[in-house]
Amino acid sequence: MSILVIGEHNNKELKSSTLNSITAASVINDDIHVVVIGNNCEEMANRVATTDKVKKVLLLEDSKYENPIAEKISPVITSLAKDYSHIVSPATTFGKNIMPRVAASLDLSQVSDVIKIENEDTFVRPVYAGNALATVQSTDDKKIITIRPTSFDPAATEGGQATVEKISFDGDESKVEFIGREESKSERPELGTARIVVSGGRGVQSAENFKMIYEVADKLNAAVGASRAAVDAGYVGNDYQVGQTGKVVVPDLYIAIGISGAIQHLAGMKESKVIVAINKDEEAPIFNVADYGLQADLFEALPQLSSELDKIDK
Amino acid sequence: MKILVTVKRVIDYNVQIRVKSDGSGVETENVKMSMNPPDENAVEEALRIKETGKADEVIVISVGGEKSQETIRTALAMGADRGILIKADSNLEPLAVAKVLQKIIEKENPKMVLLGKQAIDDDCNQTGQMLSALLGWEQGAFVSKIEVDGNSVSITREIDEGLEMLKLSLPVIVTCDLRLNEPRYASLPNIMKAKKKPIDLLNVEDLGVDTSPRIKQIKVEEPPKREKGIMVKDVAELVQKLKHEAKVI
Repeated sequence: MSILVIGEHNNKELKSSTLNSITAASVINDDIHVVVIGNNCEEMANRVATTDKVKKVLLLEDSKYENPIAEKISPVITSLAKDYSHIVSPATTFGKNIMPRVAASLDLSQVSDVIKIENEDTFVRPVYAGNALATVQSTDDKKIITIRPTSFDPAATEGGQATVEKISFDGDESKVEFIGREESKSERPELGTARIVVSGGRGVQSAENFKMIYEVADKLNAAVGASRAAVDAGYVGNDYQVGQTGKVVVPDLYIAIGISGAIQHLAGMKESKVIVAINKDEEAPIFNVADYGLQADLFEALPQLSSELDKIDK
Repeated sequence: MKILVTVKRVIDYNVQIRVKSDGSGVETENVKMSMNPPDENAVEEALRIKETGKADEVIVISVGGEKSQETIRTALAMGADRGILIKADSNLEPLAVAKVLQKIIEKENPKMVLLGKQAIDDDCNQTGQMLSALLGWEQGAFVSKIEVDGNSVSITREIDEGLEMLKLSLPVIVTCDLRLNEPRYASLPNIMKAKKKPIDLLNVEDLGVDTSPRIKQIKVEEPPKREKGIMVKDVAELVQKLKHEAKVI
């Protein structure tokens, strides 16, 4: 049987989380279909069809799908389920919102936030904020899974020759009213996929001081992140948050500045390839996961770091 | 309007968990247990809505072992009116919990159900959305702001891209983000008062709901440990190490 991957997109671009989901699905089976539910998104769907490993793209377009409202999208997926052995979605807020509805409607249990696929029914997922890894086996006849995007490489956007099939759906009308979105715009790389992330914590002390973090980040072409404490204190917006309740990042280099290293923050960054911690407190738990630690006052260290980076670039 | 709030007893968020050496799970004996953090936000929000006069009763429900009564008692001490404990010996999967809640909701007829967005033990993030689908109610997931105005409920959701605003109509399911509010502490007089508030006890077997497990736990293990790194003496050394040793800049 084929595997259905739920396409996450903004009607113009497919989100990279979908490419990660395609790779995850391909561990089980190469017969992968992607469903794209949106509005005026045929052009994007045609591009999805060239993605490596994708055999078919199902396209449903209607103005009511302009925004991904869970109540509107999940019945469409439920109606497609009979043809598939697995339904796979990224464990982003998009997938987390929709997939449990699909599972419950089909009377199936869901396996959330999978980081490794052992075989068609056995999966590894983090529990307790990543402080333990559980290997679980689904006994349901159909598997509903969400995968952690950073745990799977993105599928190549070329090499596929899928057909695009337009589908229709006559289902219940949800009356949920979309009011709006406030998306944060940034010239910097996206936090979830950046090669380098520079994060600030409570130690940065103010939104004004965060400029020092931005300066260093820009010299490294890095994304900017923050601890929950810094977000709660209002230094930066919540979309900067790295951690169990924020984003999970796995960059090549993670620089934690003025971050003590609470369990919930570590859950979001401890898989990074190289971790640097700069903190005044030598007892800070962040040093236990850091490859390179520097005990220093960040207000002295940041300007120095900025000028040292200028030197190596020359 | 009645508001139903769900609470789960979990290992306290400040406790460094220990994986059992036989791989069967996580050590829960003699470990500090508390209310799941976003459930506290759910309780707090229900109380705030009641305090504005838009709700007249806040019912707290938990599905779990006998000791989950303590967690319900905590919510009663914060100000909830009464509790319901559905006793279950094993850890039920989110789908089973959603079915149990559906049963109780059909009996109690709340207009709003508030849940934490995720339990910090199994990190599933499913129950609220499943419940919404089972009931056919509108859902607001990962919510950081709720405004009730008559029959309509305006919510702000925390999404990866920023914020999303939706308008829902009662009855609704809302799963609460930690950013929703700052939960209150129970005062001593309220803790005393809470001891007299009623908690109904029901057995999960008596509800006529299929709660059989669908997911088998094969093993639980510790994640690979990170090697402890080195301390550098200054910024110059740090940059040199990153450039020439780690080769990441």
